Amino acid sequence: MKIAVCIKRVPDMDVRFKIAPSGTAVDETGLKFDISDFDGYAVEAALQIKEKLNAGEVVVISLGGDVVQETLRKAMSMGADRAVQLKADGTHVDSFAIASALAAELKDGGYDLIMFGRMSIDTAHGVTGAIVAELLGLPCVNAISKLEFDGRTAKMRRELEGAYELVECALPAVVTIDEGIARPRYPSLKGIMAAKKKPLESKPAQLPAARLSLDALALPPERAAGRIIGEGTAAVPELVRLLKEEAKVL
Amino acid sequence: MATELSTPTYLPSPQLTPREGDLFNLDAALTEEERAVRDSVRAFVDEKVLPLIGQCYVEGRFPKELIAEMGANGYFGANLPEEYGCAGLNNVMYGLIMQELERGDSGIRSFASVQGALVMYPIYAFGSEEQKRHYLPKMATGEVIGCFGLTEPDYGSNPAGMITRARQQADGTWILNGAKMWITNGSTAQVAVVWAKTEDGDESGKSIRGFLVPTNAKGFKAKDQKGKLSLRASDTSELVFDNVHLPADAILPKSGGLKSPLMCLTQARYGISWGALGAAMACYEEALSYSKERVMFGRPIGGFQIQQVRLADMLTEIVKGQLVSLHLGRMKDIGTFTPQQVSFAKRNNVNIATDIAREARRLLGGSGILAEYASMRHMANLESVYTYEGTHDIHSLILGQAVTGLNAFGG
Repeated sequence: MKIAVCIKRVPDMDVRFKIAPSGTAVDETGLKFDISDFDGYAVEAALQIKEKLNAGEVVVISLGGDVVQETLRKAMSMGADRAVQLKADGTHVDSFAIASALAAELKDGGYDLIMFGRMSIDTAHGVTGAIVAELLGLPCVNAISKLEFDGRTAKMRRELEGAYELVECALPAVVTIDEGIARPRYPSLKGIMAAKKKPLESKPAQLPAARLSLDALALPPERAAGRIIGEGTAAVPELVRLLKEEAKVL
Repeated sequence: MATELSTPTYLPSPQLTPREGDLFNLDAALTEEERAVRDSVRAFVDEKVLPLIGQCYVEGRFPKELIAEMGANGYFGANLPEEYGCAGLNNVMYGLIMQELERGDSGIRSFASVQGALVMYPIYAFGSEEQKRHYLPKMATGEVIGCFGLTEPDYGSNPAGMITRARQQADGTWILNGAKMWITNGSTAQVAVVWAKTEDGDESGKSIRGFLVPTNAKGFKAKDQKGKLSLRASDTSELVFDNVHLPADAILPKSGGLKSPLMCLTQARYGISWGALGAAMACYEEALSYSKERVMFGRPIGGFQIQQVRLADMLTEIVKGQLVSLHLGRMKDIGTFTPQQVSFAKRNNVNIATDIAREARRLLGGSGILAEYASMRHMANLESVYTYEGTHDIHSLILGQAVTGLNAFGG
């Protein structure tokens, strides 16, 4: 089975972000970047499929400047066979434009399965996979937590609120991956060394003009300090009064 | 005309800006692959080691359940060649693995040091092709575990005086008698690299040779040493050889004299110089995070000058140690490093790590004595690291001899 996994390079989320002077981007100084979480699950799921079938190819694709090559090599160090960089400098926020460039690359690739994370953890639009499916005329199943095959049929599970849904579709198809499908492996040391020798192809991204622009980024306002009104049961009447009269939540 | 200055090229990643927590931008001094190796081991330690190591320490148990995954990830003998099933990494990457493992616990790093530098390395350096093919691939995966027997109950800093004796028989086989002490992995191992004298009346140790001893051989006994207050998450044993009969090919053919085990120790000490920094980093980071959260007199204790001095001192010594180990690793990769330089790095980095662990424990106040926090565990572990692989004092004498040309070992 030939599988494409589209991955995004995103900053590690456990830091305090600063906004760049432009006001439309995050200040990247000192940030550490990695594969977006859900995309990492997708890479792991793809590798497990290949290992189970003991055949096939996993190709990772990312759109961005040359910095995404490090992200692609990480996916190859986990086990992906080769990588494609769709070269595009600068920040791109129009999911339709990004999906168009990805679809142009994927169209003639002969992929049986095209995988995405269900959303990126930085901008969280969660639409790129679905737009690619639409552009390629393929079925799309979003946010799957399980994936099995019966011949050319993919059998999938989606988690709902207090229930789940079982879905089938014929290949080729586009799927987006939810957490819980598989924990991404650590790149083995041999894998890291092997990734240096795997092919990484860089070609210009065929990006159409963006119709969406990012006008401003802002941090949430600082929260005011809390107030301690007393201790133990003695404080309860005052707390109830404030919740009713001041916060008006009761 | 002004002289053109040559451009120094020693920063492999000049494009990197300092990450939070990397004040000195040491990441820029590492290649992308070196950072990838470090980050992969770091993720393993965060997710697999840290959640269980405090409890293992309290129980006095080495977490054997981690061995298979450490092997699969390539952590054992990682700087040995791929043709023997190893990862074929450079020495900086090897050092970074040791740093990250010891950020978890000195016992975990000790396990990997012994397996890689003290058992796989001598098999690689002094073994026959058959021995290498037989042992190295299985040791790289952790399927076979090894231990290293040099130190004896009465001969620690002075291994030349060892009394363990291998006598060759008329048919070429060997009979081994003697005892070894303070042997990491001793009761877990399937194979022991044992150093023994092969001639009578050898006081200088010139007849010392290495032997591969299966731990299930008749007459081989390993007994765990009880009552340790340090390295509690590591097995430490006493080995006894009572007429252990070994085949002729049990000897490491290219080993010869005390120099051979000392070459192993140089490998291991190099890794320890990195490892101790990992323990120091764990303590510093724990202290730093605690200092920002713990409020006393109405503000975080990190806002008090006395704690800031502590943290500044810790960070300074860690960065200095990292620069020493990194430079040493680069020299090891080009083949110019010396045992004296390794003594320098081991001595300095372990010493500063013991100080940092103690200061971190103090900054943590009462919480610092709990196993829930890492600093006191590291502090106790590091007393072993300070003492093993050449005590701090012995390394002082090695350095003293290197700079004065005068040998102080005689008295």
